Amino acid sequence: MDKISPDYVKKRYKQVLPGGINEWPVVNFSRNRERIVREVAEESIKQIRKLAPTREALIEEIETTVFREKLRIKRNPWAVDPEDEGKFLSRIKASLLDISQMEDHEAIDEALDDILEEMVIRYSDEIAGNFKKSRYRMVRRLITFGFARLLNASRVRGIGSIFSSQYTMQDKIHITGEVEELRELTKKGTIIMVPTHFSNLDSILIGWVISALGLPAFIYGAGLNLFNIRIVAYFINSLGAYKVDRRKKNLIYLETLKAHSRIAIQLGCHSLFFPGGTRSRSGKIEKRLKLGLLSTAIEAQRLNFEKESEESGKKVFIVPVTLNYNFVLEAPSLIRQYLRLQGQERYYTENDEYSTSYKIAAFLIKFFTKGSDISVSIGKAMDVLGNYVDQEGNSYDKSGRLIDTKEYFTQDGSIVSHNQQREDEYTRMLSEKIVDEFHRINKVFPSHLVAFCGFVILQKKFRKLDLYNLMRLPEDELIIPYEEFYSTFQNLLNRVHKMYNKGKVSISPSLTGDPDEIIRQGLKNVGMYHAKRPLLINKQGDLTTQDINLLFYYHNRLVGYNLEQYVE
Amino acid sequence: MSNSKVGVIGAGSFGTAVANKLANNRDVILYARNSESVERIRSERKSAGQELHESIQITNDLEEVAKKCNVIFPVVPSSNFRKMMIDLAPYLRPYHMLIHGTKGLDLKTPKKKGPDFELDRNHVFTMSEVIKQESVVVRVGCMAGPNLASELATGHPAATVIASPFTEVINEGKALLRSENFQVYGNTDLRGVELCGVLKNIIAIASGILSGLDLGENSRGLLVSRGLVEMIYLGQALGGEISSFIGLAGVGDLVATTTSSNSRNYTLGYKIAKGKDLKTAMDEMDEVAEGINTIKTVKNLCDSQGLKPVITEILYRILFEGLSAQDGVSQLMRYQGNIDIDFL
Repeated sequence: MDKISPDYVKKRYKQVLPGGINEWPVVNFSRNRERIVREVAEESIKQIRKLAPTREALIEEIETTVFREKLRIKRNPWAVDPEDEGKFLSRIKASLLDISQMEDHEAIDEALDDILEEMVIRYSDEIAGNFKKSRYRMVRRLITFGFARLLNASRVRGIGSIFSSQYTMQDKIHITGEVEELRELTKKGTIIMVPTHFSNLDSILIGWVISALGLPAFIYGAGLNLFNIRIVAYFINSLGAYKVDRRKKNLIYLETLKAHSRIAIQLGCHSLFFPGGTRSRSGKIEKRLKLGLLSTAIEAQRLNFEKESEESGKKVFIVPVTLNYNFVLEAPSLIRQYLRLQGQERYYTENDEYSTSYKIAAFLIKFFTKGSDISVSIGKAMDVLGNYVDQEGNSYDKSGRLIDTKEYFTQDGSIVSHNQQREDEYTRMLSEKIVDEFHRINKVFPSHLVAFCGFVILQKKFRKLDLYNLMRLPEDELIIPYEEFYSTFQNLLNRVHKMYNKGKVSISPSLTGDPDEIIRQGLKNVGMYHAKRPLLINKQGDLTTQDINLLFYYHNRLVGYNLEQYVE
Repeated sequence: MSNSKVGVIGAGSFGTAVANKLANNRDVILYARNSESVERIRSERKSAGQELHESIQITNDLEEVAKKCNVIFPVVPSSNFRKMMIDLAPYLRPYHMLIHGTKGLDLKTPKKKGPDFELDRNHVFTMSEVIKQESVVVRVGCMAGPNLASELATGHPAATVIASPFTEVINEGKALLRSENFQVYGNTDLRGVELCGVLKNIIAIASGILSGLDLGENSRGLLVSRGLVEMIYLGQALGGEISSFIGLAGVGDLVATTTSSNSRNYTLGYKIAKGKDLKTAMDEMDEVAEGINTIKTVKNLCDSQGLKPVITEILYRILFEGLSAQDGVSQLMRYQGNIDIDFL
């Protein structure tokens, strides 16, 4: 079995809120679902009005939306789409036609108001989640209990092992980092957790982490595509998810989505954003974050400061999290998509490994019965400007001086003001800080380092070839003598340890000791369940790959640290 | 817009000129580092040879500047900039806006350099980066453009660029600086505009050399246009946008500093061409010519990045390796003329 991290303690965490589930902000949120759906609609109408200030602009916005949505229904329909979607759009279209015949401006405006309201409420209702206490409890029990059984069945020998409680989920998933701080801060303000996103499994994994740490449930935007699969829909619906439909790229939808997120944060609902937007197709740590949802955190923080009364301007805390795997189930299709997109082929069909419940179940069983541990690193919490905070929620600058976060939102030193452009820039700055933190807390596994080492050696060996030609080389050319691999690996290993000592990256405990053993471990684990292995040792004892695309994918995890230069 | 006072840090010739411009619109607090010169300026009402506007108050106390001013213009030589920021930082708050007027680069290298140490972009910073590294201030901007200190004082028609990613900083800068004969433009490419101001100093030194050697105006035309190409080439490598270089802070400033004997960098080049060595030339001048350090930094940076900026390299050899100005020019002329413009 893998070594357990020294910074990791298997521990049972008490609930942060002693009153239990009834005190959770998300419960309050869903209790008032209807009222909030309305409130979100009102807020987004205000915002849309601001962005489309004239009658003509608004008509155009609605027309574009209807046009695009109709096209979307035809080209990319999903099982989860409501059946009346087409009818709804036709009705809006008809109303727009009526309007174009009208003369009276007041009547037009009134009709437009109605249309907009109808659309926004529809969207707002679609987005809002359906958190259910009983279901949450049930799912939580199911996951912890069920998976623990699987785990023990595979690890503890002998009859009766299935009832053993020697191993729990925490043996499988190591939670490291600033756990205590996170728990404290959930009481002091609103948490926005921003994890890296590599696999569809992340949502479930992070949901479990949150509950294992004794935190109240977080709400999070889950891709609507996940709701296509019944069983997954059942799980995530009850875990506090709201729905995000990435196909809908129209202003009206996006504003409603942002309003939903912002209001939830303002109401104190701890939220989870996957700031990369979608799963990282390349396997790289996200560099460019989606700013839309992130900006709602900043907006909510400013509004909290503006309102500042008895609540004394509740603070919003950003907590970056990295999920570190040896193996990503979807890697083959993700990297294929990435290469195709990069190769300028514009259209591709999504081939989802999670398309059926059966496949998921099969994967989960594999996952829990065979090795390959996962680690979750919780980063240091920051305020919305990216300044680190302490357990009390106070922000500090690099020299340890106290900062009043509110002052970032003031004009003339004292009055809190709304300035969209300023907040856009702050969002960009925050995203940079999050990316830095991702790199800092990212945990290097032996499997990442062997993949990185192997791919870069090949890349440098064939330095005249571009990526695409490199990937077309026949397998028998892609051989690295073990000696060469070993010495390069040692260089990289030294470098990674140096970076670790400077606090620039985190490492798995299995990355210490005899390099031969680390390589062996890495090779055993890198992409372990794929039919074709990204990196393995051949009969001659040298290294080779069965799938260079996958090798590229797993290598990408360590891109961005300038490690390439340490490969000869 | 607020009515609080505006701060200027640095009472050199440009700092004083900026303070005087600001004083047309607002009460100004001007900070000088040296307490004796503060006394002298206070009694004579004159700084760096310029009369002080009556709304300027002079101080030696950084805390006072930060307490009383929401907007501060740091205008100190790049070699002192980080030190000044470290001193100022304890008094700065997130609501402050800093608009600097320093056209140089900051070099931060490790104290112990390993044998394989190479200077790269992680060691070279623009002033706005220094501000953000050393303080909590994020609303940062810079002021750049053809602003020869001696001319600003005369009130002749002129203009400047305020660059910042924040519109509110640009607007504040405009409101504070704008006056009858002084226009203020905005640009969101802060890094590009900073680099314009930094890199044009290199060409200004070269231009001084041409004058010192009496090589005429055709040669200056050649220098200015090829110099601009080199600036753009370097500027892009360092993360600026091309468009900024053909604006007021780029071409505008380049024309002013390559033709005026009031420019420090130009004057330095002139003296070198007249056969003075670097140390004598520097000793003869009152204030720092930023171009000298810039040439050194840019040259080292390019070496490690594999870039070859021809004008900068020749200047480096003239200033630091004893190549004569005359030989430097002939070497430059031996380069094959390439495509005129290949970046637009």
